[in-house]
Amino acid sequence: MTTLAATETHTVRVRLNGRAVEGRATPRMLLTDFLRHELHATGTHVGCEHGVCGACTIRIDGALARSCLAYAVQVDGATIETVESLAPERGRLSVLQTAFQRHHALQCGFCTAGILMSLDTLLGAEPDAGEDRIREVLAGHLCRCTGYQPIIRAALDAAARLREGDADA
Amino acid sequence: MLDACDHRSEDTLRVEDPPLLTGAGAFIDDLGTPPGTLHAAILRAPHAHALIEGIDVGEALTLPGVSAVLTGDDVRRLSRPLMVGVKAPIEAWPLAVGKVRYAGEPVAVVVAESRYVAEDALDLIHVSYRRLPPVMDPERALADDAPALHERLDSNLASERHFRYGDPEAAFARAAHEVAITVRYPRNAVTPIETYGVVAQYDPHEDAYDVLANFQGPFSIHAVLSRALDVPGNRLRLRTPPDSGGSFGIKQGVFPYIVLMALAARVAGAPVKWIEDRLEHLTASVSATNRVATLRAAVEADGRVTALDLDQIEDVGACLRAPEPATLYRMHGNYTGAYAIPNLAIRNRLVMTNKTPTGLNRGFGGPQMYFALERLMRRIALELGLDPLDVIRRNLIPADAFPYTTASGAQYDSGDYQTAVATALEDGGYAALLERREAARAEGRLYGIGLAAVVEPSVSNMGYLSTALTPEERAKAGPKNGAQAAATIDLDPTGAVSVQLDSVPQGQGHRTVAARLVADILGIDPNTVRVIAEFDTAKDAWSIAAGNYSSRFAAASVGAVKIAAERLRDRLARIAATQLNAPAEAVVFEDGRIFAEGNPDNAVPFARVASASHWAPGTLPDGMAEAIRETAFWTPPELAAPTPEDGINSSLCHAFIFDFCGIEIDRTTGQVHVDRYVTMHDCGRVLHAGMVEGQIRGAYANAIGATFYEEYAYGDDGAFLAGTFADYPVPTAMEVSDPLILHIETPSPVTPTGAKGVGEGNCMSTPVCLANGVADALGSEADLVLPLSPARLMPLIGGEEPQPPAGAAPRPEPASGGRTLTGSGSAQVAASPQDVWEMLLDPQTLKSIIPGCHAVEEVAPHIFRADVTLGVGPVKGRYIARVALRDLDPPNSVLLEGEVNGALGTGGGTGHVTLTPAEGGTTLAYRYEAEVGGKVASVGGRLLDGAAKIVIGQFFEALGRQAGGAKPGLLARLFGGRS
Repeated sequence: MTTLAATETHTVRVRLNGRAVEGRATPRMLLTDFLRHELHATGTHVGCEHGVCGACTIRIDGALARSCLAYAVQVDGATIETVESLAPERGRLSVLQTAFQRHHALQCGFCTAGILMSLDTLLGAEPDAGEDRIREVLAGHLCRCTGYQPIIRAALDAAARLREGDADA
Repeated sequence: MLDACDHRSEDTLRVEDPPLLTGAGAFIDDLGTPPGTLHAAILRAPHAHALIEGIDVGEALTLPGVSAVLTGDDVRRLSRPLMVGVKAPIEAWPLAVGKVRYAGEPVAVVVAESRYVAEDALDLIHVSYRRLPPVMDPERALADDAPALHERLDSNLASERHFRYGDPEAAFARAAHEVAITVRYPRNAVTPIETYGVVAQYDPHEDAYDVLANFQGPFSIHAVLSRALDVPGNRLRLRTPPDSGGSFGIKQGVFPYIVLMALAARVAGAPVKWIEDRLEHLTASVSATNRVATLRAAVEADGRVTALDLDQIEDVGACLRAPEPATLYRMHGNYTGAYAIPNLAIRNRLVMTNKTPTGLNRGFGGPQMYFALERLMRRIALELGLDPLDVIRRNLIPADAFPYTTASGAQYDSGDYQTAVATALEDGGYAALLERREAARAEGRLYGIGLAAVVEPSVSNMGYLSTALTPEERAKAGPKNGAQAAATIDLDPTGAVSVQLDSVPQGQGHRTVAARLVADILGIDPNTVRVIAEFDTAKDAWSIAAGNYSSRFAAASVGAVKIAAERLRDRLARIAATQLNAPAEAVVFEDGRIFAEGNPDNAVPFARVASASHWAPGTLPDGMAEAIRETAFWTPPELAAPTPEDGINSSLCHAFIFDFCGIEIDRTTGQVHVDRYVTMHDCGRVLHAGMVEGQIRGAYANAIGATFYEEYAYGDDGAFLAGTFADYPVPTAMEVSDPLILHIETPSPVTPTGAKGVGEGNCMSTPVCLANGVADALGSEADLVLPLSPARLMPLIGGEEPQPPAGAAPRPEPASGGRTLTGSGSAQVAASPQDVWEMLLDPQTLKSIIPGCHAVEEVAPHIFRADVTLGVGPVKGRYIARVALRDLDPPNSVLLEGEVNGALGTGGGTGHVTLTPAEGGTTLAYRYEAEVGGKVASVGGRLLDGAAKIVIGQFFEALGRQAGGAKPGLLARLFGGRS
């Protein structure tokens, strides 16, 4: 087992949104702080730092995780995907993102990064996910602006379009 | 001439969305900071009420990476108190000066190279407190023997005012019935998901501050800030970031931290950044007021109300912080709600308690007011044996009475409440809901229907607050009124159009709406208009009303944009008229071209005319000002200062909401299920249907939280008990139902677009509508207190409580205040009672067996002082423990009395230990009872109980190990003891 000195910084190497990157972190640095302030990937937001609000949700090696509950040094060597990975290219939006815009599924947009990560993962794994399943997954996130229903509509709309093979909304 | 109703933009996609959807938003913590920026962390009070006897920052300053530590002395030396809205000797500072008055109050600020180091240093600041009895209940705070929070005020009453409109005494004397209700409205807040953030800089050469903060306005606070910082307004440049992660009023409360971080930057000699964490935010950012209101109504036999009498006790927390007492006075013109009640008496008392100071919160005063008024209307119906719907309908202001002036002076601009109610009942399926209730009840289910009628004010009169002053005080202070809105439109040398707003949006799509409006007026593509919403007091046009509150955007900010755009269009029309050889009145703007009416083939491009003032000012018509930049200010003349008789038009627009719901209570769990919810809105012209729906849904979800889940709860000892999202449960997608939203439109005659505010209404109407439904289901008019949790409802449902499953642990006794921990246990120790006794009295042994102990010192015979680190859930901190041993009966029993103090909390309790000889050693039995307060108490009792058991278990385990001979030195001592 690797031993890390508490007072020293260590190099953490990850594949972030398809690119190999590295940064420095003390063992106690949270993954959220590492992503946002070391790697400058500020799309992932911090709402509570105790794992409830879901704003910081990302994928670590393909699995959804609260990045505020992980240390940077824990993900050394991992593949990380954040909200910045979802659009097919700069200036365009994914099917899910477009559905969010069409259905007013966001207002202030602060919690949106985490919600998109959860729903993108859900629709990838369960293309036939219905309203109940979407609601269940969405319940892992807090949103103060929308009242949630527009998000559910957007997810259902995106799921239908994805099933029809519409890759670009 | 374009008509107001042409500016709708139902299908417009929001320009705000693509960056927010792709992670490219620009929230305050996403932005780069100036080189050399340091980071702040705040030490907060563990007590609700205590004198600060001393603060030792020496050790903190020696920690590598720490630049500065600020205390109350620095703040008093470098700044002035925050202004208070009533005439009372109350001092409000952004950092405790001499005394703490609520749990979580800032006591010191550390500035360091990183947030991590700054937080480390907080543990090294040593504060000596002398605890005072806390005052938590607003009614008890008024008692003669209640300790006063502010020394220069001999009671906790900050202000008392009596108001009388019409002839309420005569109406009560004549009335067939008198119906009364007392309502206690709790503390809560629509806490946003993004917390506060501030980046502050100080320029000593110009004695000027430059602050970036996710502040939301009103910018009347700018005057409070510059006064506190003791600089003229032009020496405080206040900017906001392009994006803000929700506010709902709460981000008004960042302003004391603007002062604090500005001072920190000054002391540290470097830019300082502070991002609040969630525990800080829930504990100490800002709360809505809690209120005790007693309402009496004079009622005719048919249910018509002829007079209202209100006695309101408003709990503003530890001090009166600007803009309070605005929560109470924002609704001053509206206390008769949607009803034609000509006579009104009001007694308002502002009370201070040891809780977080209050401020803006979505609905602002409306939730408290309507919860009382609409519960009263239901009670009137029941006491008179009438249908609650009929009582509402009989009292509604008649449609032909608009514009209607209420008893206390509000001018209701437009409305047709009867049509709104009738449409809601019809389109919302009220008849079917009645049948549904019948069917459910026939099956023995607890089903109820609730109603609420609400007038939602918007665009606050900046003068309403002065209603808190007496007419004589007002005359002395000078009149305050109006609500100046500002907008600027620029035409650049390429003829492109930019718009600057004063509305500081937090996700409401203001940029989209403004772009569409300006494009419509100038006949150009909305996608070519750029709207800037980030705000800068040094460069933008603004006035005190600027900001995002009181739902002022659609009515006021958009109005200013419209005026500015029309002025520019009229000037461009004159320029174009000379080129087109047509009168200016006949010039048409369409599809990016300008032409004379009837001659679209002879057109000039918009950009050419729009850029003409830059490139060829000499060609402008004689005497005409250039068309480059237009700033419009707009203040509605209707918003006058209070009259000498205390009449006040507290808001410009008055929307109407009528809600009804069907709810069911589960008899077994006490859980309320919202079966159907219908909300009818008349918010005047709807400018953007999707965004209006978004506002209504958002407020509805917030109201579900306030009704069933959320409370900023305090223990009797003043400990804050809701410091995480586990203890302050914000509703998720599982809890928020899907309301049916209906509209009618009666355009406002007093706003440039005919629109009224819409963002806050359901925070006012929904909690009381649901509570009325719960009352109907219970068939009881018991006083209902929010949140309507199963624990509150089960006793009202009645019947036997189901037995817990076999083998379940017994239910713990409820805590009396803070968190009470009790426990007992025993351990076998392989040493004689005498040896164990000596170990327990030996500081060195204690040091080695107390978990997390750094040092133990016997400060007096049988009195020990220990320095320990304890962790409970996410809250880990260092504490000083004092333990006194009493009732010593060596080697049989001892009573331990102790207290623990640390930045993260306090504790106190007693433990009784007995030693009895047993096979192979000693049986050590213990039982303890402890009270825990402060930050630790706010993380949740479930964690605390478990943590206490673990820590105490570790202690006795270590004692057993010691006695079993782990350390030779100790063994020798034990043997020595035997000899």
